[in-house]
Amino acid sequence: MKAKTRQQIAFTILGLTTLLVVAPIVLTIAYVVKNGAGAITWDFLTEPPRNGMKQGGIFPAIVGTVILIIGTMLFSLPLGILSAIYLVEYAKDNLFTRLIKLSVVNLSGIPSIVYGLFGFTLFVVFLRFGTSILAGSLTLAIMSLPVIITATKEALESVPASFREISLSLGASRWQTVRYCVLPYAIPGILTGTVLSLSRAAGETAPILFTAAAFYLPRLPHSVFDQVMALPYHLYITATQVPNMPDKLKFATGIVLIALVFLMNLVSIILRAHYRKKKQW
Amino acid sequence: MVAEVVVKTVDLNCSFGPITALKNLDFEIYKNEILGIIGPANSGKTTFLRAINRLNYLNASYRQTGDIFLEGQNIKQISDSILRKKIGIIFALPQVLPVSIFNNVAYGPKVHGISKKNLVTEIVENSLKKAYLWDEVKDRLNTLATKLSGGQQQRLCIARTLAVGPDVILYDEPCSGLDPISTAKVEDAMRELKRDYTQILVTNNTKQAARVTERCGFFLMGEMIEIDETETLFTKPKDKRTDDYITGRFG
Repeated sequence: MKAKTRQQIAFTILGLTTLLVVAPIVLTIAYVVKNGAGAITWDFLTEPPRNGMKQGGIFPAIVGTVILIIGTMLFSLPLGILSAIYLVEYAKDNLFTRLIKLSVVNLSGIPSIVYGLFGFTLFVVFLRFGTSILAGSLTLAIMSLPVIITATKEALESVPASFREISLSLGASRWQTVRYCVLPYAIPGILTGTVLSLSRAAGETAPILFTAAAFYLPRLPHSVFDQVMALPYHLYITATQVPNMPDKLKFATGIVLIALVFLMNLVSIILRAHYRKKKQW
Repeated sequence: MVAEVVVKTVDLNCSFGPITALKNLDFEIYKNEILGIIGPANSGKTTFLRAINRLNYLNASYRQTGDIFLEGQNIKQISDSILRKKIGIIFALPQVLPVSIFNNVAYGPKVHGISKKNLVTEIVENSLKKAYLWDEVKDRLNTLATKLSGGQQQRLCIARTLAVGPDVILYDEPCSGLDPISTAKVEDAMRELKRDYTQILVTNNTKQAARVTERCGFFLMGEMIEIDETETLFTKPKDKRTDDYITGRFG
């Protein structure tokens, strides 16, 4: 066989494999949109559910998910970014640091339902937050921490070592160096990773199952100690617990959830493109 | 006239992990001289420079014994920040920050707490003039420093170092990436700076050492083999190894 023919075959196989990867997401979205698009109306987006959720909208669930994401961000962003800065810029390479790094890596391997149980035990029961926005946000925050820490670490490590050397050689302190010569160049990577981890948190059901989610709460929460409805959980219960639930409502909820997650990913892509254009080294 | 000693090392030994980089180094550097250090790769030249302003300690495996004195004071008693303010360094490849020309030079004053705008502007202008760069960049101080040519970037690095007001300037093979014309400009700047600063030039280019330095030391495998007036070292070296290196028989 000629080299050219073999190359043709190889390219065809590689192309088909790539297509195979894209197919599930395209099919899923197409299927969900086809079945649910008809139910997306202004009322569906702005009304609370009625009649055992078989009618009305999903407004409280949308708001609940947004609140949970914001809550998650408030806890996980500072905690994750600051600890990554410590690990990369300050921590000495010793057994203790290596242990921390190892546990960060392993944290991301824990199934989300286990985070849910942990959050329930610690926040809901032991700290007596009850099933609440606070407990749910904290649980989701812990779950997103490893991703945020890893993304931030990678972003910091990708800043050339020479920037730090320049700064230190001029007599700047470690913190001045981080503040002026490292962070500004790491922010794009940090933001991208953070937004992606939050968009994952937005779609999770298991961590909020026992910690935050309300089965049916057709009003908006009054405080952080209130339960909330959330899109993924709403989808889960309407799909499994509500008899005679109209299919198109379930799929419509799915569309809204996918749209929300896509929107966040889009933000991250735009941020990355914006900063990449400004990158000058 | 007895020359004033600015930097002095006493029995300095440096190592990275199991690798010894410098052995029993004793010598003195005088005020306002340009001291050259030549030697083949891995002879400890860079380690010596970075020992003086403690940059070696950025490497976690670095160990050091012996003492270094700056103007009579043991540098152990000087904080990193002050030490590095007094002893500036120019790296082998021009390393500029991806910010404007102005902000590159203004960075040093900023971290040392100088925030008055007209004072900073004055420092930036003076430093760029001393580094022979002012005329080339005065109309575009807000352009990105990375847009400058290699030679201009290296002079910008010199200006940036000057802006914090050092007494000693260390050069770590500053012209290794530059063309002859840019090299000549950097050397001009060094000769001009002699009036106010003590300079140590590590170089792989023996001709450069011969051109700009007054005294020169030859390093080999972490030891200083010989140090003398540059002319003497290059014409009548005492040690055969120095002779071999200078005449190009090895290295």
